[in-house]
Amino acid sequence: MSQIPTNLRYSDSHEWVQDNGDGTVTIGITDHAQQALGDVVFVELPEVGSTITTGEEFGVVESVKAASDLYAPLSGEVLGVNTLLEDAPESLNESPYDDAWLIKIRLAEPDELESLMDAESYTELVANEAND
Amino acid sequence: MSTLHRTPLYTLWQQRGARFVPFAGYEMPVQFEMGIKREHEHTRSQCGLFDVSHMGQMLIRGSRPAQALERVSPIDAVGIAPGRQRYGLFTSNVGGIHDDFMAVNAGEHLYLVVNAACRAADAALMRSGLGEEGTLEVLEDRALLALQGPRAREVMSRLCPLATELAFMQHGRFEVMGHDLWISCSGYTGEDGFELSIPAEGATEVAEWLLDQKEVAPIGLGARDSLRLEAGLCLYGHDMDKETTPVEASLGWAIGKARRQGGEREGGFPGADVILTQQGNQDTERVRVGLKADGRAPVREGTRLYNMDGDPIGEVTSGTFGPSVGAPIAMGYVRREFREPGQTLQAEVRGRRLDMTVTAMPFVTTHYYRG
Repeated sequence: MSQIPTNLRYSDSHEWVQDNGDGTVTIGITDHAQQALGDVVFVELPEVGSTITTGEEFGVVESVKAASDLYAPLSGEVLGVNTLLEDAPESLNESPYDDAWLIKIRLAEPDELESLMDAESYTELVANEAND
Repeated sequence: MSTLHRTPLYTLWQQRGARFVPFAGYEMPVQFEMGIKREHEHTRSQCGLFDVSHMGQMLIRGSRPAQALERVSPIDAVGIAPGRQRYGLFTSNVGGIHDDFMAVNAGEHLYLVVNAACRAADAALMRSGLGEEGTLEVLEDRALLALQGPRAREVMSRLCPLATELAFMQHGRFEVMGHDLWISCSGYTGEDGFELSIPAEGATEVAEWLLDQKEVAPIGLGARDSLRLEAGLCLYGHDMDKETTPVEASLGWAIGKARRQGGEREGGFPGADVILTQQGNQDTERVRVGLKADGRAPVREGTRLYNMDGDPIGEVTSGTFGPSVGAPIAMGYVRREFREPGQTLQAEVRGRRLDMTVTAMPFVTTHYYRG
């Protein structure tokens, strides 16, 4: 079973979002997502200062086997990217909720946060996918 | 895609936690709980067990099976000594490659192993092309396991001590646990190891015995792909196909000396005129090479290649991150003038041009046991 922390919000494309309480959020991929991807060997992230748009690609995670797009759970300006992932992409498998966060953004519309799932709904989504 | 085939070992893999994917019409383990990277590393350091029962196993019987095989392939089949195995290609009338295979001289008959996706087409081309001297028999009741890695020989010494006398590309028939096993010293990882053809009813028993050995772990198709790419081995349908000739694919060595220009049995296989002319002139426009990326981003199949002036010069046909190489590696076709190791070129990955270096293959040191 994968871990799904209750203090985070989730997108249906398996990103997590942490509300930093100051109009910014931190974004990563879930434990379920890293398990499905397998061993991560490369992560490509947007540049600081660029903007990302809800539902659109903002980066790529590559495992030995395949490349998978990252989809923006929210819109905003990129304030920071996790440089640890350049040299240690495997940390995405080891610590998806802590060391291996992906980006920090300033929200274009703070209300948009409400559109994301809570942990309970996301748990249900993961369970339904397993039954497909 | 309503019904996928299953190998005789399907239930065992299910019990061992396999994640399955459809592959060539079969439901095959792509990885186990270890994950692709650790499975890859385990095979390079210990010993991996692969189910390759989806591959086609066939016999050519008849009055002169080797001569019959030579009618559909540029292989020197007549020259395969008893108990030896050799790599070969089926070619098309225009010089393309229909499939690659392994052929064993098993005494009375030849034993062939062909690719899963090509087994029906291969059987058809042999039925129509072998002539009167060879008769094809497709084996439907045998599993195929590959035991690969530096500890494979040690494990084999406990399962079937006599088989450890086999050196690379040698083959023998042994009774193991009451079953009739055909064992060859070969594989697709670049490591020492064995391939074991086992009657379907005995496959689970032999596989379970092997998995009980402390050195052995089950390995999926994911790691099989990264292992074979590091070893510089082609995957049919990716690194070669009907559109590529053996010379373009850098597989000229699979054309037996006796079958080449000036050889004692020159030509006489489909596409011989095209292929032998290309081999003599070494002037094909493109050729298969190995590539290593300078950065960390994997360069995948289908990626376009450019020279430093930005002109298109080729395309990647297989690419991944090589866990043992520690860098992205690939195979692809480039214009002939860019084939020399050390040549720098560029790959376009998501709109960015990344430097790659043409690299001699294999990408890792192979450990075939030469006796």
